[in-house]
Amino acid sequence: MELCELTANELHRMLTGKDVRAEEICLSVFRRIDKTEDQVKAYLALHPEEALEQARAVDRKIAKGEEISPLAGIPIALKDNLCTKGHRTTCASKILYNFVPPYNATVVDKLNGQDVVIIGKTNMDEFAMGSSTENSAYQQTCNPWNPDCVPGGSSGGSAAAVAAGEAICALGSDTGGSIRQPAAFCGVVGMKPTYGTVSRYGLVAFASSLDQIGPLSKDVTDCALMLNAICGHDPMDSTSVPTELPDYREALVTDIDGFRIGIPAEYFAAGLDDHVRRVIEEAITVLEQRGARVEETTLPHTEYALPTYYIIAPAEASSNLARYDGVRYGYRVEDAKDVLDMFSRSRSRGFGAEVKRRVMLGTYALSAGYYDAYYLEALKVRTLIRRDFERAFEKYDCLISPTTPSTAFRFGEKVDDPVTMYLSDVFTLAVNLAGLPGVSIPAGFVDGMPVGLQFIGKPFSESTLLRAAYTFEQSTTHHLKRPSLTPEVE
Amino acid sequence: MNKYEPVIGLEVHVELQTASKIFCHSSTTFGGDPNHHVCPVCLGLPGTLPVLNRKVVEAAIMIGLALNCSVARFCKFDRKHYFYPDLPKNYQISQYDLPIADNGYLEVQDEDGNPVRVGITRVHMEEDAGKLVHQGTDATTPYSLVDYNRTGVPLLEIVSEPDMRSPREARAYLDKLKTIIQYTGVSDCRMEEGSLRCDANISVRLRGSQTLGTKTEIKNMNSFRALQKAVQFEINRQIECLETGRRIVQETRAWDEIEGVTLATRSKEEAHDYRYFPEPDLVPIVISPSWIEEITRQLPELPDARCRRFIDEYRIPAYDAGVLTGSRELGDYYEECVKIYPQAKTVSNWVMGELLRLLNDTNSEIGESRVTPRQLAEMLTLIDKGTISGKLAKEVFGEMFRTGKDAEMVVKEKGLEQISDEVSINAVIEQVIASHPGPVADYRAGKDRALGFLVGQIMKDTRGKANPGLVNELLKNRLR
Repeated sequence: MELCELTANELHRMLTGKDVRAEEICLSVFRRIDKTEDQVKAYLALHPEEALEQARAVDRKIAKGEEISPLAGIPIALKDNLCTKGHRTTCASKILYNFVPPYNATVVDKLNGQDVVIIGKTNMDEFAMGSSTENSAYQQTCNPWNPDCVPGGSSGGSAAAVAAGEAICALGSDTGGSIRQPAAFCGVVGMKPTYGTVSRYGLVAFASSLDQIGPLSKDVTDCALMLNAICGHDPMDSTSVPTELPDYREALVTDIDGFRIGIPAEYFAAGLDDHVRRVIEEAITVLEQRGARVEETTLPHTEYALPTYYIIAPAEASSNLARYDGVRYGYRVEDAKDVLDMFSRSRSRGFGAEVKRRVMLGTYALSAGYYDAYYLEALKVRTLIRRDFERAFEKYDCLISPTTPSTAFRFGEKVDDPVTMYLSDVFTLAVNLAGLPGVSIPAGFVDGMPVGLQFIGKPFSESTLLRAAYTFEQSTTHHLKRPSLTPEVE
Repeated sequence: MNKYEPVIGLEVHVELQTASKIFCHSSTTFGGDPNHHVCPVCLGLPGTLPVLNRKVVEAAIMIGLALNCSVARFCKFDRKHYFYPDLPKNYQISQYDLPIADNGYLEVQDEDGNPVRVGITRVHMEEDAGKLVHQGTDATTPYSLVDYNRTGVPLLEIVSEPDMRSPREARAYLDKLKTIIQYTGVSDCRMEEGSLRCDANISVRLRGSQTLGTKTEIKNMNSFRALQKAVQFEINRQIECLETGRRIVQETRAWDEIEGVTLATRSKEEAHDYRYFPEPDLVPIVISPSWIEEITRQLPELPDARCRRFIDEYRIPAYDAGVLTGSRELGDYYEECVKIYPQAKTVSNWVMGELLRLLNDTNSEIGESRVTPRQLAEMLTLIDKGTISGKLAKEVFGEMFRTGKDAEMVVKEKGLEQISDEVSINAVIEQVIASHPGPVADYRAGKDRALGFLVGQIMKDTRGKANPGLVNELLKNRLR
């Protein structure tokens, strides 16, 4: 096995044991990128020189006998909606084709503080709007398990990079499932933490009340290491929560004896692929064998999650994306007649179809005369959805469900039918509306394509989720499988 | 004109003098090179987030209290959307349905000098926008530049009820509002620098009618005088409309200072839909009773209360008290002076007379006065001691105002000390009697007027320094 196929935890042990140098790990990842990136197309930008420099700095620390952090020297990919000082941050949009932030996102500063090695910026659906990464203005990212299939989205580039060994871990963002759904499609672990756990400063906003940054990794252990690095209060983000956070590594125990797990019936209803259902049922059996008490429960307002989400998220997006007008940065038409013409044509040409669709939806929902009927109603339903979960968590330590109704679909299969595309996030949206933590982990395969198992917890119960996920993972081998998309096999 | 009654409400924007902007650390300093007091947050760059400046909330609470408002226990920010190049996010963070304070009032005097209350509908916090800079002409420079220094400077918007009934009342309201705000110290309220801005909502109706007429909103009034003139013009225009059977259109109009007219800029049909919704990047503000108490304790004595105290404590006329409490600094100056020199009315006369006249002549403010209250008090003591005459004191004060020197030094340097010794004065008297036998004879013949002439001659010969009372007494004795 090559270095790039190992986990951060394994590589850390090798680094501290002086079995390997950070530079070798970095080179291994870039060799893999050289081999597979033409097919995967996970990255919008690579930063090889800086990455190697960061790796060598870690090697110097180790040589001097200094203690290194658990993620020091670990190659990590960043979704291209995370601001990186001096490096283009495009959100896979034409409108930000030339935007170079003069600041780092707080998570990027935090990772730098851990001496990680940042490989580059990954592809995504434009402004994180989409479920297949097909909405990128730049390129199509393939699913490493089958190049005819989408990697999921919107953090498709990050998920594909981790699955293909083009990064050890990655950061994504999740507004309605954008970490968990691609993690499920690409057979990796992806967590959306509780709203407010990770600073959003420097994450280019899609829907502010739903967005949350989270990690993608090969296993649950790396997920915990990444969470330790990125969580915590940030005075630059008023919505970040000033609470004491645990060391998530302590959650990595294989013990869920007596755990009460609920299965929301609504998440196993029509629309769920039978093969996926069977994989999840097997997973439930595994959890029961490890001592969990699993029973069916109900989240009665589930059917309203999707329409509620598609009012609130576009409403906030229409506001957040108003700033892209060509005045200060980004794409601007050359031959504007006047300032209004400049605004409208820069935006018409700079944004892709899905972004424009959502900006229009959101503008409509917030307009005078419609606000009460749409936005205000959606806020009320959002409260009902949150209460569903609160009631469930009075009885259960966590809930489980399939992450997605099906495995990764083929390119073009849904991109022309927005509603069908939106339905691929039907099991993940409600978690964002309720601000809860959710993690997707590999649960098995259907026709060689990964299936994700989602754990949902109450606010700030990441440790509980990690413990359940870790116990399941250690009882199975799905997370050890790697896609065969490598030239050696071809 | 008397057939109609004007109805006026004002919307005032006040820039708060916090060190940093409302949602970031950038400086609020006025002026500076364009786009130098900016940062990623106030430029609204992608991924940045606002963080509320606590000082802004404190200032807003203070103004709310000073304007007799109820201060909200819970309020929030909302986004107000419109596309304009001086607004980096193309939305303004403002407050919509839950302002920080509402339902207050302030007191002004109406046309007849009677006190009337003007209701304050609401006070809310928001961020200021930048400024477009136009250079050259459309032909030479077919573009505008944007300066974002002002973007994110904290503003309070203070909306009055439509309680004013004349241009003078509107001006009195703005004057009072400015004075109150200056007393609290949260803003300098300089209309010419834009730290105080005012829009007026105006309608007219038949006197006695209870329903409101169609209103227009007047913008672009850049001074107190402009406000009064623009409101007057608009009232006349609306009355003329009604008198000639035309319809008043609800619209926004701009005051043209040069032409002295208001001109339509935007009709109601073109009005923006601001698509307000709660700002998701900020958490709601919870204001505890103890926080309000703390700020209440910090609230200084306000102009109305101070005016009443001046009348009671210093026994000065209401007019004097009103002028002296017209600004916090002037009131402070007066009180400091009275502390040293307790003849309150004398101090009032000097402050309102010579001091304000000289400040006005030099277009400066009380804070810039080179004469300190202590120096004024010392000068007044010199008059009492007879060291200088009341008449010469004005000359002495003028010199003090120019140079900042103490009264005694000015008196010494200029040799203005009053002559009060009898020997010197008698010597002058002898000379004057010798050279003016005619008037002397007249006086002795019973023409009292001649005495005035002789005193005048003596004062002239002593260059005004002779003690006038003493001159009179000695001269009369000599001629008896």
